[in-house]
Amino acid sequence: MASYSTSEFKGGLKIMLDGDPCSIIENEFVKPGKGQAFNRVRIRNLKTGRVIERTFKSGDSVEAADVMEYNLQYLYNDGEFWHFMDPDSFEQYQADAAAVGESVNWLKDQDMCAVTLWNGTPLIVEPPNFVILTITETDPGLKGDTSGGGNKPATLETGAVVKVPLFVQTGDVIKVDTRSGEYVSRAKEE
Amino acid sequence: MLEVDTPHLGAFANPDPHIESLAVAWNDPGGAVCHGWLHTSPEFPMKRLLAAGSGSIYQVCKVFRAGERGRLHNPEFTLLEWYRLGFDHHALMDEMVELINSLLPTPRVAERGSYRDLFLERLSLDPLQASAEEMRQVALAHGVASVEGLELGRDDLLDLLFSYLIQPRLGRDTLCFVHAYPASQASLARLEPEEPTVARRFELFMNGVELANGFHELQDGTEQAERFAEDLRRREVKGQRPTPADSRLLAALDHGLPDCAGVALGLERLLMVIMGAEHIDEVIAFPSERA
Repeated sequence: MASYSTSEFKGGLKIMLDGDPCSIIENEFVKPGKGQAFNRVRIRNLKTGRVIERTFKSGDSVEAADVMEYNLQYLYNDGEFWHFMDPDSFEQYQADAAAVGESVNWLKDQDMCAVTLWNGTPLIVEPPNFVILTITETDPGLKGDTSGGGNKPATLETGAVVKVPLFVQTGDVIKVDTRSGEYVSRAKEE
Repeated sequence: MLEVDTPHLGAFANPDPHIESLAVAWNDPGGAVCHGWLHTSPEFPMKRLLAAGSGSIYQVCKVFRAGERGRLHNPEFTLLEWYRLGFDHHALMDEMVELINSLLPTPRVAERGSYRDLFLERLSLDPLQASAEEMRQVALAHGVASVEGLELGRDDLLDLLFSYLIQPRLGRDTLCFVHAYPASQASLARLEPEEPTVARRFELFMNGVELANGFHELQDGTEQAERFAEDLRRREVKGQRPTPADSRLLAALDHGLPDCAGVALGLERLLMVIMGAEHIDEVIAFPSERA
């Protein structure tokens, strides 16, 4: 089984800790001139998202995690799993609710998502930074009010609710920043 | 003071279990494979010069330490090392204050404290008495992560507590000297004659960074040979490469090392302090990955 020594530690390296796949955020080499060397490491548990700190004796080894990030196309949800496809190999993967998490708000058929696979199974699903979605319901606003000022909630086709300007109507197509969950602009249907 | 130049490539590796020498191998013209070691500090040959009657000497040189890389480490770095005849470690600290303050944009106040007092003040722990288990508990109580799972001896734990919990706050605006290290960390310093649980070793810290390490030098060749043997034993236990004792240094000590104090000052780190740099790469044109 592959393993990494502390001298190979760097940001982004994927390792196994306590049975969970983790990603190194930051690695600090701590060594007195004439004393024992340590690696002080900040690590994100990729299953839970929690960030922890770990101390290693320099020279120790840890098991490598088989974690890779792929660009996969979102296909559909069957009620239990979200299905993705590698557009090159046509291989399909199913992600559970834990892997999809908050991203469920932004998953639209055919969009390309960054999917982190652990031993071939989706671990994290990240939507594109911007998605184009149709408004399925919002209170009628004032026609012609394009001056901004004030906003209202709008429900999108995915079920997500975002704040939109008053002039935006049901049936409009809008662009949303998935990192902040904020309305960006109106968009044309693609 | 006389400037000297000693070999970078030598026949002996540093025996200190916490310092790994870089091995050099080459073929002589006849095809035979030869081996040597890049020095990790010029200390041993400089002591041979002192024993041969050089008088006080200094040297600026590149040194090499395998596997040391990080914000404060590059495997190749620069030391200013010097030895003063007739000085003890306190007289040498006085001289360092003068030297370093002459280089700083704003001179700093110097402070001096013992290793034991720092542990007592900051951690309420006696580093000379506490058991490994007590040290582990203090580390845990202060939030040092996952220390419970590590195999650490007493001195390893002292290093951990010092590096994580004490050192970062040393020398914020001062020249902070720590002295009277535990005898188990005497390295090449003589023990305090009246109090042999501590050694006449000191270090200098500025902005939480270790800048220099110095000794009132051990003169006794027999004691030095015993310490080398102990280093070798520790290396065996840890499964490290064995390091035969430097017989030429031991012969020089037996011949007679004059009473002296010596110190090695890391010049990249001093430059970092002067320039306010956060990473050693800021003061090196080509760090190891681009060397």
